[in-house]
Amino acid sequence: MTTPAPLPPLQAPRKLKLATVSLAGCFGCHMSFLDIDERLFELIEHIEFDRSPLTDIKQVGVCDIGLIEGGLCNAENVLVLREFRAHCKTLVAVGACAITGGLPAQRNHMDIGAILTDVYCTRQGLSASCRIPDDPELPLPLNQVHPIHEVVHVDYFLPGCPPSANAFWTFLNDLMAGRTPHLGHGLMHYD
Amino acid sequence: MLDHFPAADLIQVNLCADLNVKLETAYGSSFRFWRSRARLFEGYPTNLSEPPHRDCHVKSESEVVAMSIESAAFERVLSRHGRDPHALVQILRETQALMGWLPRSLLSAMARELKLTLAHVEGVAGFYRFFHTRPMGRLRVLFSDNITDRMLGSEALMADLCARLGIKPGQVSADGRVSVDQTSCTGLCDQGPALLVNHHHVITRLDAPRVAQLAELIRAEVPVPQWPADWFAIDHNIRRADVLLGMPLAPGAAIAAALARGAQAMLDDMKRSNLRGRGGAGFAAGLKWELCRNATGSIPGTAPGSTHYVVCNADEGEPGTFKDRVLLARHADEVFEGMTVAALVIGARQGLLYLRGEYRYLLEHLQAVLQRRRDQNLLGSAILGRAGFDFDIAIHVGAGAYVCGEESALIESLEGKRGTPRIRPPFPVEQGYLGQPTIVNNVETFCAASHIAAQGGAWWAGIGTHQSTGTKIHSVSGDCERPGLYEYPFGTRIDQILEDCGARDTQAVQVGGPSGVCLSAFEFDRRIAFEDVPSAGAFMVFDCTRDMFEVARNFAHFFAHESCGFCTPCRVGTALVVKRLDKLANATGGGRGSRHDLDVLFELDLLLHGTTHCGLGASACNPLRDTIIKFRPAYERRLESLHFEPGFDLDAELSIARRMTGRDDPAAHLEISP
Repeated sequence: MTTPAPLPPLQAPRKLKLATVSLAGCFGCHMSFLDIDERLFELIEHIEFDRSPLTDIKQVGVCDIGLIEGGLCNAENVLVLREFRAHCKTLVAVGACAITGGLPAQRNHMDIGAILTDVYCTRQGLSASCRIPDDPELPLPLNQVHPIHEVVHVDYFLPGCPPSANAFWTFLNDLMAGRTPHLGHGLMHYD
Repeated sequence: MLDHFPAADLIQVNLCADLNVKLETAYGSSFRFWRSRARLFEGYPTNLSEPPHRDCHVKSESEVVAMSIESAAFERVLSRHGRDPHALVQILRETQALMGWLPRSLLSAMARELKLTLAHVEGVAGFYRFFHTRPMGRLRVLFSDNITDRMLGSEALMADLCARLGIKPGQVSADGRVSVDQTSCTGLCDQGPALLVNHHHVITRLDAPRVAQLAELIRAEVPVPQWPADWFAIDHNIRRADVLLGMPLAPGAAIAAALARGAQAMLDDMKRSNLRGRGGAGFAAGLKWELCRNATGSIPGTAPGSTHYVVCNADEGEPGTFKDRVLLARHADEVFEGMTVAALVIGARQGLLYLRGEYRYLLEHLQAVLQRRRDQNLLGSAILGRAGFDFDIAIHVGAGAYVCGEESALIESLEGKRGTPRIRPPFPVEQGYLGQPTIVNNVETFCAASHIAAQGGAWWAGIGTHQSTGTKIHSVSGDCERPGLYEYPFGTRIDQILEDCGARDTQAVQVGGPSGVCLSAFEFDRRIAFEDVPSAGAFMVFDCTRDMFEVARNFAHFFAHESCGFCTPCRVGTALVVKRLDKLANATGGGRGSRHDLDVLFELDLLLHGTTHCGLGASACNPLRDTIIKFRPAYERRLESLHFEPGFDLDAELSIARRMTGRDDPAAHLEISP
């Protein structure tokens, strides 16, 4: 006679699904996120990673939270951002580039056409056959780099360049606990 | 600078060439002028010359010449003000009148002479709109940009003038002859569209023929005084007169009555009158005078309470308000008389009238009235023979800054600084001008005070309502047959005023200017009084043909322009409001609103209301909030989507890359909505 396996609890606390991506960013925000170190173990008690550089899952599924690093510099960035927006209940702009365009937006003072010409056609040392790449596999650059809130609705902003590990930790804990995230003094600073 | 990088490669050089073109487009002739002067930048390659910019300013030849020509006049300006650093705003204004603009070398010299830092002098010069730290046209034309001017067609008229002169708004013409731009309301809404020439002359009732002729005169460089005199005619348009506009006092009558009563009894009478300030806040004038009279001042290094000041706030910047202009032009005696009575009560020897820069054309008239009053022994020493009663009034002319209408910003400006509002307390009655106890009252308040001195506080308290005594002058403009000044006792219904001014099919009235309240038709039975609808005097009427969204957008641009920039919530918040409204507007964004934008606007209103440093930011969203609540369809019809809508054409963002690569495949496009 075998003992029946214990029934699972009726209301098992569901893990929150979290997806992350870096668009026109430097992965610095992701590195800072990893700086929560051993707290990652505590985190995965409560959340499950979906698409993210940490999982290498390529397609984003239905998620509770999406963290976006980086702004929009090309067509692919826009498509990925729209996918995240369509799949994530809560979308967060993480870091200076996602929030303001950041460093990549420095090119906004120049004409993208002139830049492409300079880099691929007129620069010294190029062979005569050099031309601007036109492979359909390559995403086209946007005329201007945009922060993500200009293209989709963003629910929260986690500022910093990058936001500190403690900022990530506090922010995610607030979200998991159902509190409106509030960084407050110390976690928001400008140096 | 690039020449610090010896290996500057081709890309960078090409970009510089591109920069040259961009700068030339942006700065036009003044940039070409500076590029031609580029050799003065020793060691800089030619294509790195810069437009006149503070960080990199080198004295040009013409500047040097101008300096030597004007040095005698400059010296006269400095000595006229006794090299007093507190007179910096006046010195800047008078110096600029000599040259048309303020080169850095001149600011440097000014800093040296006044023993101020160049940073301070540049900070002040950069604050006021009428000061220019780069060359302007020899003739500077500024169109008044209040919504009432727009409703009378000012935008098309400005476009017409610019087209005739071959320039763009904000640009200087290639020959340096003229520049055309917009400015905030010039207080001529009852006879607009109006414009301001050289921050001095005003032209009213603009129309197409006037603009055509104006362009001819400008092209022929006819001096302004030889332009048709009727262009400069300013009507008082007094439509309904009561005490203030209809019962002129004999000069000296109020002072004599106050002297006969004595300072304490006069103060008691002021308190009995329950006169409340007419600038908008409605603080009890008698109480303000009493607080100042009893204040001792406590700035270290000064004798406590050694000096008290009376300041008249004639910085009538609230769009749609023009009552003070008429009071100063027609009833200056009563205003000065009220100030003198106040001086008697608080023990002041010096009074200051802060005249807004837009009313510069009133200066000679006001100086003449002051001189006559000195001759009549109504100013100066031993006024009306009373030994020890010495008082005189000086006029300070502003330079285009709405925020200076806030009393502590006004005092900062009087002291020769940027017009940034102070943190209160201490209030000006304790530490005002130069740290001394100071009362700041509105033009209309002083005018009323002279009538109270002459006829008594009880008489005044008998007019109007319980909490709002006396009469109030309303500057009526917009969609009505008879715009102008209407003076009513407090407690008058909105629909009464509308009927009297000949307004038809009215959908809204903006009472008290943009920082006041927007009333819809269902509220026209409300009354003007501090108990119900308070007002600083503006009364702008909008009929059913007007788009209230555009009204709110005009006001939002006004506040963003006039924010002093000191606190972040106001500086950034007002700009965010403008950006969001422009996104909704058809004119600039192609109408890309979503319901989400309305939520953001509400959030911005909350943010500004709760966090700004002064009242400008706190009230900047009033017209926005009122119109969203009362005229919501004006916003809703602009919504493209119930969800999020980017503020620009995403597919067009790939246009350059498409052109450069010759691609047109599906991946080379971003469809508008996912």
